Amino acid sequence: MKNSTDHKGFVFTKESLKKKFRWSEFLSEKIITGVGFLSITIIVLIFFFVFKESIPIFYTQKKVVAKVETFQKQEQYGGESDTVQTNSSGQEQYGETTADTMMIENQTRVDDTIVHGSDKATAKSLLGTQWLPVSDNPRYGLIPLFVGTLKITLIAILFAAPIAILAALFSASFAPYWLRELIKPAIELLAGFPSVVIGFFALMVMASFFQNIFGYDGRLNAFVGGVAMALAAIPIIFTITEDALTAVPRTYTEASLALGATRWQTALFVTLPAATPGIFAAILLGIGRVFGETMIALMATGNAAMIGINPFESVRTLAATIGAEMAEVVFGDTHYNVLFLIGSLLFIFTFSLNALAEFYVKGKLVKRFQGKQS
Amino acid sequence: MSKQKSITGGLFIGATAFSAFLIIAVIIILLVVIINGGKGTFSWEFLTAFPEDGMMKGGIFPAIYGTVLLVLIMSVAAVPFGTITAIYLTEYAHEKSIMAQTIRFAVRTLATVPSIIFGLFGLGFFIKFVGTGMDDVFLGGQLKWGQPNILWASLTMALLTLPVVIVSVEEAIRTVPREMREASLALGATKWETIKRIVLPGSRSGIMTGTILAVSRGAGEVAPILFTGAAYYLATLPTSLSDQFMNLGYHIYIMATQSANVDQTLPIQFATTMVLLMLTFLLNLTAVIIRSRLRRKAK
Amino acid sequence: MKEVKIKTRNLTLFYGEKMALNSITMDIPEKEVTAFIGPSGCGKSTFLRTLNRMNDLIPNVRITGEVLVDSLNIYDKQIDVVNLRKKVGMVFQKSNPFAKSIFENVAYGPRINGINQKSKLEEIVETSLKKAFIWEEVKDRLNNSAMALSGGQQQRMCIARTLAVEPEIILMDEPASALDPISTAKIEELIFELKKSYTIVIVTHNMQQAARVSDLTAFFYLGELIEFGKTKKIFTTPDKKHTEEYITGRFG
Repeated sequence: MKNSTDHKGFVFTKESLKKKFRWSEFLSEKIITGVGFLSITIIVLIFFFVFKESIPIFYTQKKVVAKVETFQKQEQYGGESDTVQTNSSGQEQYGETTADTMMIENQTRVDDTIVHGSDKATAKSLLGTQWLPVSDNPRYGLIPLFVGTLKITLIAILFAAPIAILAALFSASFAPYWLRELIKPAIELLAGFPSVVIGFFALMVMASFFQNIFGYDGRLNAFVGGVAMALAAIPIIFTITEDALTAVPRTYTEASLALGATRWQTALFVTLPAATPGIFAAILLGIGRVFGETMIALMATGNAAMIGINPFESVRTLAATIGAEMAEVVFGDTHYNVLFLIGSLLFIFTFSLNALAEFYVKGKLVKRFQGKQS
Repeated sequence: MSKQKSITGGLFIGATAFSAFLIIAVIIILLVVIINGGKGTFSWEFLTAFPEDGMMKGGIFPAIYGTVLLVLIMSVAAVPFGTITAIYLTEYAHEKSIMAQTIRFAVRTLATVPSIIFGLFGLGFFIKFVGTGMDDVFLGGQLKWGQPNILWASLTMALLTLPVVIVSVEEAIRTVPREMREASLALGATKWETIKRIVLPGSRSGIMTGTILAVSRGAGEVAPILFTGAAYYLATLPTSLSDQFMNLGYHIYIMATQSANVDQTLPIQFATTMVLLMLTFLLNLTAVIIRSRLRRKAK
Repeated sequence: MKEVKIKTRNLTLFYGEKMALNSITMDIPEKEVTAFIGPSGCGKSTFLRTLNRMNDLIPNVRITGEVLVDSLNIYDKQIDVVNLRKKVGMVFQKSNPFAKSIFENVAYGPRINGINQKSKLEEIVETSLKKAFIWEEVKDRLNNSAMALSGGQQQRMCIARTLAVEPEIILMDEPASALDPISTAKIEELIFELKKSYTIVIVTHNMQQAARVSDLTAFFYLGELIEFGKTKKIFTTPDKKHTEEYITGRFG
């Protein structure tokens, strides 16, 4: 066998071709793969640590039960039974209103609460209608916060979804190329506006503007906050809807046009329905964005924890509650734990929305356009 | 076609066009109103002076300084990790593998997690777990790292901006033609050599876009730093990673909602908002321009 | 006949479930030009890429059988693919210069082999570009981007880049298919010159080209090696009817 060892020869033999172990190759692959998993790790850690800080709410409850049992044996703590009474009577006040929404599991826990009682947050008191975390008799009812969040989300989506979807349809189906290349970057820029800037704009400008039109009393309310949040949701809904619309195969629209339909009929009756799963995903992600938005809620909604359907009333959202109160709580306090519990709920909710948008909608789109079973 | 139908069509197209222009109009109004309100107070001195008289007068230099420091530390953490994740997804993971799909899902989830949750995580993980742990181990329980500071705030922000970097870099890596990778491998380069010498240099503009977008996002977000390190007022600039810092966005929030005299400081508020808006706007504009060039190149 | 450089034994390749190559057995001699012809999709490019294991990069590829280069089975678990590719170089259908200067393109291979000395690199770059008949055209602009060269020049620079690694075998995958006739002629002239020192395997869809440059020709059809022999014989008196039909242009 001939070896061509000219000048800097590398000899082509069994030896030279033997598998070499390369440290740089080995390490780079291990490190890159390791970092690749970072995103998954972060998600898991977020869930773990946010939830971990809220656990004491459930944990201390058990401890108290144990204590109460010993107390009862000794029959020494009269003060303790006083607390029991005030607390159980406090529960009676709103026991009826929330009975419908309570699940059977909670019912059993309610009984526990009545037995030992404390100012700790319990499953029952979390379903209360009053959010008064810093009063002498603190109450951690999440209902008003949920109502406020839902109200503002509804208002924001009612504004954002139609505008963003119609604008996306304009961009995808009607606008000339040059205009489209102007609209898309402009909306990308809107997506880049910090929410604190939008919040400031809502607080200083929009609140007075809408007050002049509608003549309501409180400058800051769910309506102002909702419209401001629509500004934050529009770029998300627009972008995803636009993608979904442009992903509709051209054969669909060409077939429709060939049958004599006009451009607008094709857009409305062919393109738009074909893209519904994508649009649905867009709305879901828009909801997720509004649901967790903090700064706009803090600045433009008035932040009073009220329950009601009037859109011109002040509301307090879940995210804003965390943002406003976390800096002032005592670490490890019940209030602190409840704020983390709210965080866990927010996280679970947005995670589910994202998962739903991801799996359900994607599967549908694939089926629709490729006829594949997935 | 019947006349009625064409009227419906006109109305429908009109409605879509109106929606698009409404969005553009709101963007313009927002820009104009903020700039109009802020330009009277804006000056070189405003950018370089400290606040005075309980923030009633003076400039916003510490807030600018704190914001710049925040995004710098954040970028140092987010850009390398984001880039490496993008490399993993494009070069190492098999497109259809469960691992790659799970990571992609995690990245998208990370992008949709509300920013306030990152703040909670920063508090629960960085400050209470890592920070307190460091204090216990190295300082015998003396409080130094177990409280809000610029390091924890920056790392929290880095987690938030990680997906921004990953998505941009991944897009850029995909524009490096397969032929170039093959050429490199056919010349006897290893996979890592190919990535280092061909793929990464070829995605430089994407890494830059990702960094700019991350910086812009990090400069504007307030919720993650509310309780991980931002301070209302500090007489001195932060000099150590364990110091707290002032921040443009936080400054706006505090001044607009908790200032003793909102009306008197209104011009300062508008000017501060204008600075933040211009900063993020220009950064985003740069990113949009680089990216549109990149996309044209890819076609 | 010269010594055998590459041997394949019952080489079969699957893309997922689909068989792309069916039990190919052939001997490729040293320092001659062997051409693979056949209609597109016949497996000739796939086969070429098995010879330096470029197919490893494609997921879902399964290979059975053997490829022996200098009597070493390159699909052996103990084989180092990176070093294999240094000895079995490849020139691609589409010229694929790196977005670097001409100098850096050619110096890429030596650099990854650990040569960093400037004078040594300059020497290798000059020799390689001369061997590829492009030195005269680019010697004054070695630091310009390789992307600015014409298609034909790019392709010759890519050949120079391959030569700089000092391979023994050069695989060419339709190297002139995207070029004009003048550039094609230059490449063919170059191939003729290179076979003095290298074993060359070339895939081409252009039969005149195969007839002009090759010593041996293999005809592939639907993943099978139909006929393999001296180019002259294949083009004048093929044994198989299929080969004759393809060569006379009745299909493909």
